[in-house]
Parts: sequence; structure tokens; C-alpha cells
Amino acid sequence: KEKKKITRELVQTVLARKPKMCSFLEWRDLKIVYKRYASLYFCCAIEDQDNELITLEIIHRYVELLDKYFGSVCELDIIFNFEKAYFILDEFLLGGEVQETSKKNVLKAIEQADLLQESQNEEWGGSSEDIL
Amino acid sequence: MPAPIRLRELIRTIRTARTQAEEREMIQKECAAIRSSFREEDNTYRCRNVAKLLYMHMLGYPAHFGQLECFKLIASQKFTDKRIGYLGAMLLLDERQDVHLLMTNCIKNDLNHSTQFVQGLALCTLGCMGSSEMCRDLAGEVEKLLKTSNSYLRKKAALCAVHVIRKVPELMEMFLPATKNLLNEKNHGVLHTSVVLLTEMCERSPDMLAHFRKNEKLVPQLVRILKNLIMSGYSPEHDVSGISDPFLQVRILRLLRILGRNDDDSSEAMNDILAQVATNTETSKNVGNAILYETVLTIMDIKSESGLRVLAINILGRFLLNNDKNIRYVALTSLLKTVQTDHNAVQRHRSTIVDCLKDLDVSIKRRAMELSFALVNGNNIRGMMKELLYFLDSCEPEFKADCASGIFLAAEKYAPSKRWHIDTIMRVLTTAGSYVRDDAVPNLIQLITNSVEMHAYTVQRLYKAILGDYSQQPLVQVAAWCIGEYGDLLVSGQCEEEEPIQVTEDEVLDILESVLISNMSTSVTRGYALTAIMKLSTRFTCTVNRIKKVVSIYGSSIDVELQQRAVEYNALFKKYDHMRSALLERMPVMEKVTTNGPTEIVQTNGETEPAPLETKPPPSGPQPTSQANDLLDLLGGNDITPVIPTAPTSKPSSAGGELLDLLGDINLTGAPAAAPAPASVPQISQPPFLLDGLSSQPLFNDIAAGIPSITAYSKNGLKIEFTFERSNTNPSVTVITIQASNSTELDMTDFVFQAAVPKTFQLQLLSPSSSIVPAFNTGTITQVIKVLNPQKQQLRMRIKLTYNHKGSAMQDLAEVNNFPPQSWQ
Repeated sequence: KEKKKITRELVQTVLARKPKMCSFLEWRDLKIVYKRYASLYFCCAIEDQDNELITLEIIHRYVELLDKYFGSVCELDIIFNFEKAYFILDEFLLGGEVQETSKKNVLKAIEQADLLQESQNEEWGGSSEDIL
Repeated sequence: MPAPIRLRELIRTIRTARTQAEEREMIQKECAAIRSSFREEDNTYRCRNVAKLLYMHMLGYPAHFGQLECFKLIASQKFTDKRIGYLGAMLLLDERQDVHLLMTNCIKNDLNHSTQFVQGLALCTLGCMGSSEMCRDLAGEVEKLLKTSNSYLRKKAALCAVHVIRKVPELMEMFLPATKNLLNEKNHGVLHTSVVLLTEMCERSPDMLAHFRKNEKLVPQLVRILKNLIMSGYSPEHDVSGISDPFLQVRILRLLRILGRNDDDSSEAMNDILAQVATNTETSKNVGNAILYETVLTIMDIKSESGLRVLAINILGRFLLNNDKNIRYVALTSLLKTVQTDHNAVQRHRSTIVDCLKDLDVSIKRRAMELSFALVNGNNIRGMMKELLYFLDSCEPEFKADCASGIFLAAEKYAPSKRWHIDTIMRVLTTAGSYVRDDAVPNLIQLITNSVEMHAYTVQRLYKAILGDYSQQPLVQVAAWCIGEYGDLLVSGQCEEEEPIQVTEDEVLDILESVLISNMSTSVTRGYALTAIMKLSTRFTCTVNRIKKVVSIYGSSIDVELQQRAVEYNALFKKYDHMRSALLERMPVMEKVTTNGPTEIVQTNGETEPAPLETKPPPSGPQPTSQANDLLDLLGGNDITPVIPTAPTSKPSSAGGELLDLLGDINLTGAPAAAPAPASVPQISQPPFLLDGLSSQPLFNDIAAGIPSITAYSKNGLKIEFTFERSNTNPSVTVITIQASNSTELDMTDFVFQAAVPKTFQLQLLSPSSSIVPAFNTGTITQVIKVLNPQKQQLRMRIKLTYNHKGSAMQDLAEVNNFPPQSWQ
């Protein structure tokens, strides 16, 4: 319920921002960094001592990863494959910190994990597409 | 039972819903199906069902009944199941659920799994949502994995360790051995996460910090890695717009910051690399600026040499001119943090900062405003005030209160003339009158009473201001009070400063009565108006009857406050008419306890119990030397000097509050107020830094090389020399050691040295070495004076010497003006 409240509040605040405004805003005791890609807003909450500009780069890196993985990612890709979006995020960030700075390595890890999933499912009959 | 519908199918279906109600219906239907599927313990499709549940959870619908199913998925052997299961655990569970035991077991098993991806899943989940109990139980496993040679796992283990430490700080020690060789890795992922881990440890524990500084020689290692990153050629794997692994660079810079803070050796070791990064980083893209930003933060936080600091501030100055508003925002924020310590350097960029007041972005405007207030000083006050007033006019309402308070504060500190001060106040009251804080009104009134020669001008301007519009309460309150006090000046047309206007007594009463009647006037304002009208009964000649009538009407007002006042005033007319003129006479000039425009040497009732001040208007302007008794008593009288602006006008409201506290209770109604008696402070209440090293010597480790000493006084055989020391840690503090020597043939006894400084300084006088200056220069009295000069103004001092010599009491006053620039610049 708290989560719902937070989501609603944040969404309202971010959507109220005009295009000319800067990408940072203060919310409670955190800083919110957001970046807009077409119709999607990617928001990130950081603490007071964190570097806002590098956070923008982190957001951009994540979008690049999605782009590479899905091949020219669009909003629908993320909606219909949200679990994959999470898996990619979990290979890039952990506990709120960057765990891998090489794009190549993150994508390699995902690829290999996907392969593992595929091969296992084939063993048990049916591809992963069928399972989910 | 047919197979549950696919995840993508469900998503597609839900998206076709056209109303909230339709969507809710679909969701409920699917949830029911999922629930029965769970009841049937369907292993094959469990992951599909949980995945669907997660989607619905993301939309905001309850999904708690799937929590237990996540465990079953995690326990499964299939990788797909585990993936979805762990994801579900991270999304649906948090520490509040009582799931520790179950989770701990699952994770423990998977941490030891043969497949690294499964181990990775477990580490990830633990690192994201592990509770403190889970962390305690599993810390050992994490520590083991931190030492593995598999870099994929090592980097995850490092971040997992960070989470463990955040949850259970006592466990930090156990990870120490594993950190030994972390920085020798080639793999950037491991390097990055290791730096994060080391940062976390150093931030949390000063012991760890010291250990890493000394024993591990962390700084040289980090410098080396950073250097390689910058110098190495293009590395496609880690390149971002021509910069090699900016994420790692930023993290290293941050760790360097923590290591260099308050530590000279470490700071020195990183000086070169910081300069290198600062000058060589490409600034055309955001990523380069991100690194520069971190570098600037580091430079400002460690003990860097001044050249480096200037470099950093100039980078920020360049940021301010950048087209990218994000960069400008970041620059303003950083400048605000450094304006205290590097005031002069930031001043150079003042015009750019002032331009930012016109920016479109609200956050930028706010920061520019705060910074502008911090930069206002005696030299730029006129220009700055113009800009700030313009800003006040055009800014958003949320700023107006803070801006108004800030302007009042700045005007009070640096007003070049009384007229300018009054004009500025008027301007604020008329443009943003309704946003002015309530506590500003008494301050302003007090200010006005002190500007004796401006009374006629002030009341005239205020009158004109409310003629047109009396809705802005603070303006009306101040105006009402002034009209009440100086109404006689108003109708007599005595104004010198500008064209006097013709006003009759009736017109004045008209406006005051309109204020009383108006719906827009608050109860407080009405109180002001009524009292003003009453006061005019002694200042006006023809309209006393009218006033009597008004006052008697309000004797039956519904407003209790108003009624009480009216009844009392009525009584004044009826029974106490003989006392009326005495009671309502002109208010005495109130004792001004804080800065009063141009910096003047303050004279107060200093040394002993202050007497009530109704009868004695305080002197304004430099005192003639005959007022020897009024020298500031520095050891006791410092409640009078302004609070050092360590938190400058970024908190204007609290500053206003402090002013009010110092003024004490000003009784603003009727009877002449007893001006607040400054409490005789028995003990020095100085900010702590001045008390540092009170009894120990040397006072400062860094003596600024060769500040020439001066002879401050030399007369009648008594010579007083001043020697100076400046501190590197706090450049606003100057320590003066005085040495008094006596060249006559008789001792000088009972020697007392006193000093006073202008308002913008603070002074602390320590105990003298003795009270006897021996004859024939055979010895000296030494005494230490500490001067705080935050605005780096030219040092001036008045000294007073008393002593007994040749059987008679001697006394002298002198002014010391020959301070060398190095002692205060």
C-alpha cells in the first residue's frame, strides 16, 4: 500500500515536469534522477551524496542494454517481457550499485543464462516460450 | 483442467480492457484461476502462474497469496523456476514477512550450487532484500564466494557483502581478509564492486579507514588504477563516448575523497592525479562532466592545495555556462557547499550565478537565489539588490517568502545608506508584501525607529503605499505603526528626501479607519490600526473628537482583542486624560542589538549591569574618545555581535528568528517599551572553534610565513607590538599576540588591555600573562587575541589601555589601522 502511494506520488511529480526542466528533483530526503526516452520515463532514486550525472549515465547504460538485447527496444518489448527486463537489471545492478561496467559482459551473462534455461526446458520437453 | 493461459496472452488481454472496472474483472477472474491452480500443486505451470501474478502485482493488485509459491519455485531444480521464484521473492517479499528461515535455507543451498547462474541468483536476492537475520546466517557463505576466482561470482559477492555490512555493521570485520587482493583484479566488474565494498567499509568505520590508509596503502593503488584508466588507449569494452570506464573512475574518485578527508599525506598523494583528471577529461558529453563533477567534490573535501581548489571552482564556473541545465544545476549545488570556505573564488562567478536567477527551471532558480544571498557583501550590495528585487518581482510564489527574508537580512547587514535601506524595505513590502514573514514586521519597525532622520520620508512613502491598496498585511501593519508614530510629520509636510505631499489629518484617519473596517485586514492588523489612531490623538490637533468617536465604537467590537484595546483607550480619554500625552508620546529609539547598516564600531552599555535604556538613545556612528567607558566589553558583551553566518541566508527564516531572539520582547503597543536589556553574559559563549587550543601552545600548526608584525601603539614609554598568525584550517581566524613593553624607569602596574573591533568581526581576548609591565624593557606582558573575520574585511581595532604609573592612573585610547594585509586577506 505504501508502495502504491509512493508510486503514485512520484509518477505525478515526474510527469508534471516540463521539458525544459533539469533531470533532477528532490523528493522526501532522496534525489530523483529521471530520463525520458520517447514515451517512457526511467526514474532512479539516489541518496544525497551520490553523483547525479553518473546516475544519468547508469540509466542510459541500462537502456542501451535493453536495446541490444531486444534489438531496437520499444515500450511493448518491455511490457511483454518484463521478467527479462528484470533479469537484465539484475545483471547490471545489485543492491543499488553497478556490478558490471562492461556492456559486453552483462549481455554475455544474460545470453548464457537464457541458454541454460532453453537447454533445460528442452530436456524437460518444450521450449521456454511454452513455459511462460 | 486446461493449461493456464500464457503470460503474454494475459498481458494482451488485460491491455484490451477499456475501463478500470473491466480490467479489475479480468484480473479477479485470472487470480481465481491461479489460486485453484496453486491449490492443485501444479508443478509444470507454477512458474507461469507466478509470472502472471507478478505482472498483476506490478499493475497494483494484491498478490500476497503467491508468496509461498515462490519458495516452491526456488526449491525446484529447474532454472526457469528458480529465476521466476527469486524474482518473485524480490518483488513480493520484504523484510517484514516472516520468511527468513525458508529463504535462508533456499539461498544457502543455491549459494553452493554447481551452476554459477544459480549462485548468482541467490547472491542477487540476498543482496537486494536480505534481512539482518538472513545476512547474519549467510555472511560466511558470502565471504567464501568473495575469495573465489570466478569473477562473475566475485563481483556479486562483493556487492552482497556491502548489503550485509549495511544491515549488520558488526560483521564488517569478517570481510577484511578477503579484501586483501581485491584491487589486483583485471576484471572491471570485480574492481568496481570492490571499490564499492571498500568505500562502504571506510565510510562506516574510522578504524577501517585508518587501516586501509596505512597498512594497505590504498591510495597509491587507487591512483595507479585511475592513471591506467586515463592513460590507456581506447578500450572498446569499457568505452563510453571516448572515456574509459567512467563508472569505475567515479567510484575511485569517491573512495579517494573518503581517504583524503582530513588526512594530509593521503591528500598530497592524490593531488597530481586529481589535477590530471581535472584538466584532461573531455567535457563535451555528460559522461565527462560526471567525472569532473566527482573530481570537484573530491578536491573540495580533501586537504588540497589552493591551486587545486581554484581549479575546481573554475570548473564549476565553466559548468555554470554550460547549455545543459543538469550541469548548471549540479554546479550551483556544489558552489553552495563551497561558498563558505572559498568565498573569494566563488565571488568571481557572481555575475553568472545572478544570471541563473532568470533560468526557467525552478530548482536552478532556488539554488541561484540561495547562492546569491551567500555572495552578497558590502561591495556588491547595490547591484545584487537590484537583481534580487527584480527576482522577487517575477519569481514563483514559493520563493517569495524566502527571498523577502533574505533581502531583509542582506539589506540590514550591508545597506550603504539609511535611505537606501528604507527604500529597499519599501520595495519588498510593496512587491511581495503578503509573503513577508510575520517576524519581519517588528524587525522593520525597529529599523525604522532607528533611522531618526528618515522618519518623515518613511511615513510619507508608507502612507502613499497603502493609499492605493491595503490588502498586504505586513505592509499595512508597518504603515499603520509608522503613521501612528509619525503622523504629525506626515501632515506637516516636512519631508526632505522627496517632494512632500499634502495630507490632512482627516485623510490620514480615513485610511486608518478603512483598514479597520476592511474585510481583508486580519485581527493583528486591526490592532495596529486602532493603536495608531489612538496615538494620533496626541499628535493631531483638529481631529481628536473624531478619534474619540472611533475608539468608543470599537469598545463593543466582537473581536476581543480590539474590544479590550478600545475600552482601555476610552478609559485613557475619560479618566486618565492627564496621562494621555505622556503615555502616547513618541517611542524612544530602540537599542539596536544587531548590525545597523554601515559597519560601525559598536558602542553599547557594555561592561556592567545594563540600565534600562528608555532615557538614553544609543549613539550612532563612531564614538568620540570621551566615551571611554562604552568600549565593547569583549569578554562579556558578545551577545551583541551578529551570529556568524555559518549557515547563511539559505535559511533566512531562522536567521530572522535569531534576530528576534536577540531583540527580546519588544512591546509594541501603547506604552513606551523598555528596550531589551542585553543580558550580561557571565561566560564567554563563543563558537567552539575559537575556544580550541585555549590553553595549549602552539595555537596553530601552520604559521603563515612572514606576516610582518606591527607596532600598534607607542606612547609615554609604553610600546605594544602585534604579531600575527593565520591558520590554514580556518582562514577567517587571525591570532594576534600582543607584547607590551615599558621603556621608562618605573614599572607600570595594573595594566589592562582592551580592544574593540567593527561589527563584522568577532573577538576573543585570552588572559594576559601578567598585569605588570616591568621597567627598562626587562620584560613584557603577552596576551593573545583571536579575531574571526569571515568576510575578510580590513582589520581595524580600537584599543584602550589602563595602568598605574609613577603613582597616577593612566588611560589612553588609540586606533590601530596599520594591520598588514596578510593578516586579514
